[in-house]
Amino acid sequence: MITSFLFKNLDRGIIVVVAILLGLAVAIPALNLLTAPDHPFHVPTYLVSLFGKYLTYALLALALDLVWGFCGILSLGHAAFFALGGYAMGMYLMRQIGARGSYGNPLLPDFMVFLNWKELPWFWQGFDMFWFAALMVVLVPGLLAFVFGWFAFRSRVNGVYLSIITQAMTYALLLAFFRNDMGFGGNNGLTDFKDILGFNIQAQTTRAALFAASAVTLASCLVLTTAIVRSKYGKVLVAVRDAESRTRFLGYRVEHIKLFAFTVSAMMAGIAGALYVPQVGIINPGEFEPGNSIEVVIWTAVGGRGTLIGPIVGAILVNGGKSIFTAAFPEFWLFALGGLFVFVTLFLPKGVVGTVSAYLARRKAQGRAADADKLVAEPMAAE
Amino acid sequence: MYRILQTLLITLCLLVSVHVTGLRAADDLAALVATLGTAKLSELDDRIDALARSGDARVIPVLEALGEGNLYTRKADGSVFLTTEKGASLVLLDPLSGAEIGEAAKGDIQKIKVNNSVRRAVRSALSGLTLFSTDTSARLKAAQSMRQTPNADALEAIETALAAEKDATVRKTLDEARAVTLLISDRSDDDKRAAIKTLAESGGREALGVLTSALSSADASLKPDIEAALQQIEQAQVFWNAGQNVWYGLSLGSVLLLAAIGLAITFGVMGIINMAHGEMVMLGAYTTFIVQDVIRTSYPVLFDWSLAIALPLAFLVTGIIGLAIERSVIRFLYGRPLETLLATWGISLILQQSVRSIFGPTNREVGNPSWMAGAFELGGLTITWNRMWIIVFALAVFAALLFLLKRTSMGLKMRAVTQNRRMASSMGIRTPLVDALTFALGSGIAGMAGVALSQIDNVSPNLGQGYIIDSFMVVVFGGVGNLWGTLVGAFSLGILNKFLEPYAGAVLGKILVLVLIILFIQKKPRGLFALKGRAVEA
Repeated sequence: MITSFLFKNLDRGIIVVVAILLGLAVAIPALNLLTAPDHPFHVPTYLVSLFGKYLTYALLALALDLVWGFCGILSLGHAAFFALGGYAMGMYLMRQIGARGSYGNPLLPDFMVFLNWKELPWFWQGFDMFWFAALMVVLVPGLLAFVFGWFAFRSRVNGVYLSIITQAMTYALLLAFFRNDMGFGGNNGLTDFKDILGFNIQAQTTRAALFAASAVTLASCLVLTTAIVRSKYGKVLVAVRDAESRTRFLGYRVEHIKLFAFTVSAMMAGIAGALYVPQVGIINPGEFEPGNSIEVVIWTAVGGRGTLIGPIVGAILVNGGKSIFTAAFPEFWLFALGGLFVFVTLFLPKGVVGTVSAYLARRKAQGRAADADKLVAEPMAAE
Repeated sequence: MYRILQTLLITLCLLVSVHVTGLRAADDLAALVATLGTAKLSELDDRIDALARSGDARVIPVLEALGEGNLYTRKADGSVFLTTEKGASLVLLDPLSGAEIGEAAKGDIQKIKVNNSVRRAVRSALSGLTLFSTDTSARLKAAQSMRQTPNADALEAIETALAAEKDATVRKTLDEARAVTLLISDRSDDDKRAAIKTLAESGGREALGVLTSALSSADASLKPDIEAALQQIEQAQVFWNAGQNVWYGLSLGSVLLLAAIGLAITFGVMGIINMAHGEMVMLGAYTTFIVQDVIRTSYPVLFDWSLAIALPLAFLVTGIIGLAIERSVIRFLYGRPLETLLATWGISLILQQSVRSIFGPTNREVGNPSWMAGAFELGGLTITWNRMWIIVFALAVFAALLFLLKRTSMGLKMRAVTQNRRMASSMGIRTPLVDALTFALGSGIAGMAGVALSQIDNVSPNLGQGYIIDSFMVVVFGGVGNLWGTLVGAFSLGILNKFLEPYAGAVLGKILVLVLIILFIQKKPRGLFALKGRAVEA
């Protein structure tokens, strides 16, 4: 049944991307683990983690695209959902350190011992179990998005105002997580992780597995968003984007439609954050920085909002560019990024993928028209 | 004729007598000082006391030198000198007049030895002496120090000084010092009651401390008085604390107003989300830095005028940059507010990095002109001049802007374009020109805000980032498109923030304010003062 859905509803582009992602999930770990370090196709471990990081960014951009590209909600709070997912995973990883921390306390993470806390705060309970942490990874961002969205959409806060208050939310969280009293490690955040699911987090095999997990998750989220967008609900979603009042007048509960997309999107962002943290090895309040959320928007815009492949391409392109640029000319990265913002908004409103596919569609239409001219001798019927 | 002669004669006599007494006093003093050289350590205290009682300002350097161990005596005859070093030998100076009297080899003279008790005596003598200084600020300082560390022996000196004092501020301080001192002296209970009353009226933390310590040692008959006074002071303190919070809130509000007012124009009036607004503030601050730098190296006399020079320059610089941004980027994006958000964010990154490349990533020093330094007291409030001027400046900018919008033809056109662009265009208003000028105006005002903020904030490439979110909050909270809303929004957020701070701490207070704003927007999505109209958007 799923296969039939896939073939019926996914267009060729999506299938190709899913296939590439699944292929990468096998190929990169294989090239990393099975080839000798001097082999020409060998992928060093640091690159595996770097690519893995890009894939989590791509997932984040995909999540944003669901609300921005298809529902017209420009959320400037997605980095916050990402970071919350990351913190949930970070808390699990902290609990896994156990007595191996520098203070050797079997229960309390180092920073709590340092702050002279005597017992584990209630919100750290349960994070020693992976299933619980995994649940929290989707539940916490999802719940926040649900409550926030429920209030905001019900009172019809939209457009720019919504963007500004999502930014205020991110900023408030940033300030909150910087506080030591919050119990999330203050400005140092959570780091020095040892194990994940019993495997050493630094090990080559674990890194490869995390990469594969990221690729597979991204592929399945791509299928999921495609299913959402292609469904009847997805059509209404686009209607809300293009003519919100009209959709409301037609009898749709616009706020419910928006709320569903917003919550799902926040959950996906949370998952992206959870995959990001073990590969980077640290999570700190800097991830809540309002600038980060805006950067996610630019990945999506570069790739093409309103296309599902676009954000993935955009995130990988921009971050790849960032890695190369910051290594080669660190001074110029912000110039390049700033220029990219201006260039894309002015000249590439559809993004790379949107522009290319529009160009291809035009070519195809022209080709078809030319064929039609050849085959049909008589003039076209008047319409 | 006779009368004139008489007057002259009397005057002459008086002059002579004054001269003679003056001379005699100088002789006495010199004799007193000279005894310091031969006195034993245990006798020094009495000698110092005698010197202090002379009440003559000339003994101050002698006592200071003695306290620091810089007073010398010649071994041969025991006479006393101040010295300055000159090669291997020392130049001897007369301790009272400071005139050179000769030189001596280092071996011929020795320091007058002092110990801690002597030093203490010197210090209290000095503070008593400065009460009679001719310099008002020195007297004030002395009175303050006596109020802070009361000494029962000084009571008479204070009273003498009080009788002679003319300056009102010094009188008040002296009065309080007298009351504080009186409480620990052995005067009568009635006197003490009066002193308690004086203290209760003066209020303040110090009086609170003095009375609390007096409470434990006082007679039973005095205790109710002291307790009543304590209560009175505490009540006054609650009142003044609230006043201080309001003041801090107004001060923060004025900063918010300055940062947001330019945004109120670009965002409120034109509907452009200008994320580069903070960078305009930053550029204004850097303009101030450049102006001060040029003044420092070339025309140091003008330093007090640096802000006045920087203000129009900052307006011009940021206004022109704003104009360039509008013409090159924003005019293509009208009607797509979310896209302007992204594009201006990009511009803000470019501006930040440019400043970082040119001026370096570290903080630049911008100095306060003399008229902005210091503070003054208003009742129980301490008000710093720079905060005071920033409030005045913010209100002035606000008033000027209001005048521009409501009373000039340019303002009329701006409002027309805001309310109905197509109709305004049909009436012959060149809307693109109005757009460009409005954006330039908003940016220019941000630049002027930067000049003011450079006085209280670090001038670094990140200066603007700290203000951007706050300014958006102010504009959204106050109501878009309404300058009065921005004013009320800025001051109410400022005051709210400062009243939450004592209970919640600075960071948590800020978080609470943000949450409150988010909730407020749910209730009134268009802010405090929404523009009324029938337009339904999209």
